[in-house]
Amino acid sequence: MQQMSVYGPVVKIHPVVLASIGDSYERRNEGASRVIGTLLGTIDKHSVEVTNCFSVPHNESEDEVAVDMEFAKNMYELHKRVSPSEVIIGWYATGFEITEHSVLIHEYYSREATNPIHLTMDTALQSGKMNIRAYVSAQMGVPGKTVGVMFTPLSVKYKYYDTERIGVDLLQRTRDAPNTTNGLTSDLCQVGGAAGRVQDMLATVLTYIEDVLSGKQTADNSVGRYLMDLVNKVPKISAEDFETMLNSNINDLLMVTYLSNLTQAQIALNEKIVVL
Amino acid sequence: MATRKESTSTPTAPMASTSPGATLDSPVKQIQIEGLVVLKMIKHYQEEGQGSEVVQGVLLGLVVEDRLEITNCFPFPQHTEDDADFDEVQYQMEMMRSLRHVNIDHLHVGWYQSTYYGSFVSRALLDSQFSYQHAIEESVVLIYDPIKTAQGSLSLKAYRLTPKLMEICKEKDFSAEGLKKAMIGFEHMFEEVPIVIKNSHLINVLMWELEEKSTVADKHELLNLSSSNHLEKSLQLLMDRVDDMSQDIVKYNTYSRNLSKQQQQKHQYTQRRQQENAQRQTRGETPLPEEDVTKMFKPPQPPPRMDTLLIAGQINNYCQNVKEFTSQNLGKLFMAEALQGHNS
Repeated sequence: MQQMSVYGPVVKIHPVVLASIGDSYERRNEGASRVIGTLLGTIDKHSVEVTNCFSVPHNESEDEVAVDMEFAKNMYELHKRVSPSEVIIGWYATGFEITEHSVLIHEYYSREATNPIHLTMDTALQSGKMNIRAYVSAQMGVPGKTVGVMFTPLSVKYKYYDTERIGVDLLQRTRDAPNTTNGLTSDLCQVGGAAGRVQDMLATVLTYIEDVLSGKQTADNSVGRYLMDLVNKVPKISAEDFETMLNSNINDLLMVTYLSNLTQAQIALNEKIVVL
Repeated sequence: MATRKESTSTPTAPMASTSPGATLDSPVKQIQIEGLVVLKMIKHYQEEGQGSEVVQGVLLGLVVEDRLEITNCFPFPQHTEDDADFDEVQYQMEMMRSLRHVNIDHLHVGWYQSTYYGSFVSRALLDSQFSYQHAIEESVVLIYDPIKTAQGSLSLKAYRLTPKLMEICKEKDFSAEGLKKAMIGFEHMFEEVPIVIKNSHLINVLMWELEEKSTVADKHELLNLSSSNHLEKSLQLLMDRVDDMSQDIVKYNTYSRNLSKQQQQKHQYTQRRQQENAQRQTRGETPLPEEDVTKMFKPPQPPPRMDTLLIAGQINNYCQNVKEFTSQNLGKLFMAEALQGHNS
């Protein structure tokens, strides 16, 4: 689906927020059809970055909605003690539509923050996807007479810290085998895994090249330029120079391994002697 | 770092009822973490932990048979200003109460801490973990290494104190004889518990969505060849620890030398006394009173052995890390050689 062009800040969401929302949806009370909560983050000139959230208990029925404001204030205070730079920037709700109750809740949040963001996440997967969307409210209608509120959509991007990306990668691996769990791999296996991934990517590139050569696909100049860059990335060093560099590196690593083994043996010996 | 006071027991009946008379070596054989906890820990360090400050937080979850399931966590504020101590406990209580309202598991099962290049074996950690494990049998401490994670793969380890070490801490008997009796070496201090990551189906759906929405970023920090910086820092820390260790050993040696010297002196003194008494008896005078020898020669203070143990454990840890790192790098170097060989 295309991103609709909007006149408003770009919303950058961290995966931690989405996982939190999903988790609080799973733990909702009996009978509640959706969960709401506060979004915390930082505001920039052109973008809003959502870095944290917490769920707020609320009761919703046909005609009225009650949100525990005290709770929200309390939680915000507690969170501020850990990360003083986060402010309330909006609120979230699970579910597909924006109801009238949302308008009321949004009004409350506009008291807490200027121009709050409203985030929806369809956890019931009504349209087959999760549909994570963000909105800002805007006044509409005839001024002086009936005035209403319209929610205009904003573009949503996902932002990761480096370490977050690595964490998310690990979680991606668990999703491939549903209902089972996954252990954390150890040293050389990881390098093997990364090498395997690079190999897969090279295989894809190779099939593309062969298709182009045999005429099945038209050659794309930009892709060709990328390929040139790729091949030239392997630096051209003379064989002897490379040998010396490689050997000195390997020697360093082997020496360090030897030293650490020696140290470990030493302290083990020390222990045994003391215990004697 | 102040030792943490764990929260007073809320009515957590389910917690206490898991196998109170467990005859297993340790009641926890495996740890199951939800993806959410991992992400929260990463975020906490990233935002609040720059520099070599450690960040800490509390783990929440429950115990199922012999698995410890960690379902949520919340961070702890830093001890920047000297706030009164009640701040900690109150913060915890309020947090747990609030989380209970939204149906999040509010049972304390452990705590987490970030580490700098693997240096976490310290007295403070030992004390904290001991107080946790004493109150809650199954608690663990999760050590998250952000620097290693930034190099390409999530580094998360879970540790518990061995039952032997728990005994020693309970008695507070850290002298050399006590440790000798319990036969504790530095390898028997902490035991590592295997970790497994599990996500609910909804989170799995979320992961699928994220995968297709986000750009294929540079996932290849793991194959980065430059290693000397990291290696240097690790070796620096290792050398510092080895220096500490050697100082400790010197102290112990001087102590034992002093002790034996003193024994000799005592022996000589009693012998001289006896000789004199024998002489006096032959001369018919009253023998001198036997003075309390021990009061005259006060035995020197034996140095505490606990610190040595901790340092040894830390050195061991550093060596392990260094070895893992070098094995990875050797693999990468050979791959680079293959690429180069093919080219020329």
